[in-house]
Amino acid sequence: MNIENLDFYTQAILTLAALIGLTSFLMLGQGRLLRLVFVFALQGLLLAIATALAAYSLNEPHLYISAVITLALKVFLIPWMIRRQIFKMNIHRDTEALKNKTAVMLGGASLVVFSYYVLHPVLHNTPVVMLNALATSLSVVLLGMLLMISHRQAIAHVVGFMSIENGLFFAAIVSTNGMPMVVELGIAFDVLVAAILFGIFFLHIRSSIDSLDVDMLNRLNEVDK
Amino acid sequence: MIAVYLLLLLSVTGIFYFALLGHRPQVGRINTWFNTASFLITVWLAINIFLNGNIISANQLFIVDSFNIYLIVLTAFVGLTTSIFSDAYMAHEKEIGRLTDKRLKVYYAMYQGFMLAMYLVLVSNNMGMMWVAMEAATLATVMLVSLYRTPESIEAAWKYFILCGVGIAQAMFGTILLYYAAIQIGDVENALLWSVLYESAEHLNPEIMEIAFVFMLVGYGTKIGLVPLHNWLPDAHSEGPTPMSAVLSGLLLNDALYAVVRNKMLVDGATQSHIAGFFMMGFGLLSFLVAAIFLNRQKDIKRLFSYSSIEHMGLMTFSFGLGTPLSTFAALLHMMVHSLTKSAIFVTVGHASQIAGTQRIEKIRGLIKTQPTVGWGLLIGTLAIAGFPPFGVFTSEFLVLLATMQSYPWLTPLLLLGIGLAGAGLFRNIQPMVYGKQSDGQLPVQANLWPVMIHLALVLWLGLAIPTFLADWFSQATVLISGSAPL
Amino acid sequence: MNWLLALIQTLLFVSLAPLLAGWIKFCKCYLQNRKAPSLFQPYRDLWKLTHKQPVVSEQASWLFVIAPYIIFSAMVLAASVVPLIAVNLPTAASADIIVLVGFFAFARFFLTLAGLDVGTAFGGMGASREMTISSLAEPAMLMAIFTLTMTASSTNLSFAIGYVLEHGTVLRPSFIFALFAMILVAIAETGRIPVDNPATHLELTMIHEAMILEYSGRHLALIEWASQLKLMLYGVLIANIFFPWGIAEQLSFSALGYGLLNILAKLAVLALLLAVSETLFAKMRLFRVQEYLSFAYLLALLGLLSHIILES
Repeated sequence: MNIENLDFYTQAILTLAALIGLTSFLMLGQGRLLRLVFVFALQGLLLAIATALAAYSLNEPHLYISAVITLALKVFLIPWMIRRQIFKMNIHRDTEALKNKTAVMLGGASLVVFSYYVLHPVLHNTPVVMLNALATSLSVVLLGMLLMISHRQAIAHVVGFMSIENGLFFAAIVSTNGMPMVVELGIAFDVLVAAILFGIFFLHIRSSIDSLDVDMLNRLNEVDK
Repeated sequence: MIAVYLLLLLSVTGIFYFALLGHRPQVGRINTWFNTASFLITVWLAINIFLNGNIISANQLFIVDSFNIYLIVLTAFVGLTTSIFSDAYMAHEKEIGRLTDKRLKVYYAMYQGFMLAMYLVLVSNNMGMMWVAMEAATLATVMLVSLYRTPESIEAAWKYFILCGVGIAQAMFGTILLYYAAIQIGDVENALLWSVLYESAEHLNPEIMEIAFVFMLVGYGTKIGLVPLHNWLPDAHSEGPTPMSAVLSGLLLNDALYAVVRNKMLVDGATQSHIAGFFMMGFGLLSFLVAAIFLNRQKDIKRLFSYSSIEHMGLMTFSFGLGTPLSTFAALLHMMVHSLTKSAIFVTVGHASQIAGTQRIEKIRGLIKTQPTVGWGLLIGTLAIAGFPPFGVFTSEFLVLLATMQSYPWLTPLLLLGIGLAGAGLFRNIQPMVYGKQSDGQLPVQANLWPVMIHLALVLWLGLAIPTFLADWFSQATVLISGSAPL
Repeated sequence: MNWLLALIQTLLFVSLAPLLAGWIKFCKCYLQNRKAPSLFQPYRDLWKLTHKQPVVSEQASWLFVIAPYIIFSAMVLAASVVPLIAVNLPTAASADIIVLVGFFAFARFFLTLAGLDVGTAFGGMGASREMTISSLAEPAMLMAIFTLTMTASSTNLSFAIGYVLEHGTVLRPSFIFALFAMILVAIAETGRIPVDNPATHLELTMIHEAMILEYSGRHLALIEWASQLKLMLYGVLIANIFFPWGIAEQLSFSALGYGLLNILAKLAVLALLLAVSETLFAKMRLFRVQEYLSFAYLLALLGLLSHIILES
């Protein structure tokens, strides 16, 4: 397959996949919370564009609704909520010194390779675009997990959590032209509730350990001391 | 079908009712009534199924068949008995000032929300809806885990939220792959409906289904509490209010396992091999053994029993993984007796920790003198869960062992070792708590031990003789899952 | 005829470079609410400098004196291989993109030598900084260029541009990454904000200006002109590689005129963008530059990878 021979939709999806993967990497290396949230919103925007494009190219009107929901939720509402929390807690100037940034980046790269490794044998007789898109979304999911492992700020964890959702959503759009509407609405509802709950949790964590550093949540252990 | 809609509607009403009026006195009683009504509806539904066979709703969103009906009844039943217990428990917590009116509102509303999510997981025919409901169950319970607002409970809730949220995302990826495999064989409209997929399982791409199953097992496995994704489970159980621990252990874990088994049925149909079973056996056995070892090192009574939950869920996963009719039958039975016994134990544990004012094992001593009913309840419950005859857990564990000996005899010693380790760990801790010298400041509390008695009596009954209609159900479900009848 | 055209193109390059610098300054002043100097101010500056007597330090060796000439001619040679208004010119065919990078490296080498030659503190500092930055920027730039050459299966710039033109609008993920990497590298290499500040003459953080602090008169004029050429070269590279549409493919008069207008418009837009970004961003600390450049390298690497994975 050569990229010149593909239609515009596929080219655009590939490009968006690459850019979404890039935003995941950007988040991974980002120590400043506000920029983290900004990059997250950017990822949401790319996702919304991908959805709208799929709706237009594949003539699936229900995807327009998904695109609008994504735009509202992932680009505006959730980043806005997190931003507000950051300002409210007065941590917008904090910079998190990331430990082992290089190792984390290399780990991220190997996760991408891993995604291809996992999906390649499975999807060998499907269009290569599908493999690329699915591998990208799987790596976005895995990179989101890595983000949660490598960052200590609770807010970064939430952004990681939400970017995992982004990865899943992208997989759903590309591989299956979106889930059935009822499922999609359910997922959107869950995401929204999760975002609100996270907001409540920030306050609780803040009032209980006087910080949002989740490394300080270490009272409970596998084995009681 | 009306029964299913009524059931869901009732829980929705419950959420709104308690969210608005949850601060009134007698609210615990009303919660019990709600759950009684749900239970009656499920019994009606069960009779319906018993007489008329499986039903699928007109829009194909809901399915009730021989596999999930008994879980639905079980869910409603445990929900009911736990609500009876939680009435007294929450009244006590409010009295000693651990909870405010506002949090009681949250508690009762989320209790109904959790029940709704559980019913929805069980009756969903759409695999995507099932996932959504599972996530909703997490969201509903996460506020309950942090109900006390202690630093520990907030930490536990945070861990629960993050770990389960991330875990379940993997299940979503699995579901997407499933959907992808399904639309390749056509019929985009119904491509996520379990009933449709089950019919055409052999056409699904086996390689994609294998990968999808791995993701789903990891995802839902987090919720089951499979090692190494179990970290949230002891924390959430130990820091949340005790009624929550009872329903988490008794219902949530079961439902997650239910979701895995539903998917396994599709995967088995697609791959025509035993690969999904091997995965389940591996994870199950690992969880079983690891939990049995860790159980010996716990100092908190609720953590002790939550490790026991992991152990039993591991055993069930293993048993479903074996995939023979006998082992499937055993796993179904074990699901039932375990949730009955474990919720009974958590109820007594809740009372015991209220008596002693702490959950530390070394501070709870001589329950049998302070409040004999609680002491006896704890002792009998522990006997039952450790797998002593004549309780139902013995029967099911025996059947699992038997099935293992038939298929993989060399795994039997490992199972026996795990059961022995877990039993030892439980008794080492429970014996002084029940019989030891009373510690100071232990006061009897107002306790309603009827739920415990009923649960344990049922488990005993199941151990002595499984009633014919139940055995029939189990056999039907076994046929559905494993393809042929047991025995 | 073709050779003549190539010569004209190179002359155009050389003569337009100060205009571009003037245009950037004009945009920047406008954006910053200052009164802008005339667009032709850089020409006047060059003219003024050439008429002043150059002062050469007593300690300076012959190297210091010939360095400006070497640098300027290297840049002019580099300009001769980059297609400005037309592809398939004979000069462009004779040299490929690696040679271009070689010219840049050659010029930089003499610039740093000259900086070191006088033995002042600033010169040495500037030289060492310049080398640090270029050692990080060059791999990123080569990576980005390799992405292009792998797509076109040729290292010849003119051929590669022709390849892109031939296939029409193709949305390539690798090109997007390579474009961003190129922009970042170009900013670093031409000493613009946020890596270096071209508007300053005496600051501890300056890089380019530190090296040429000792120059005056026509020597300074040549070096200034060379760096204006370099800026334009990068602009033309970005414009013509990633957005080559409009460049003349036949050597007819109208096509050439159209190509000229096109490249002028593209450069004007690029310069405007540069002015906006220079207005928005502040110069970063020197120790952050390696982070910035490793990001550029990462982007270029991703471009290469996505070419291999996504497009083949």
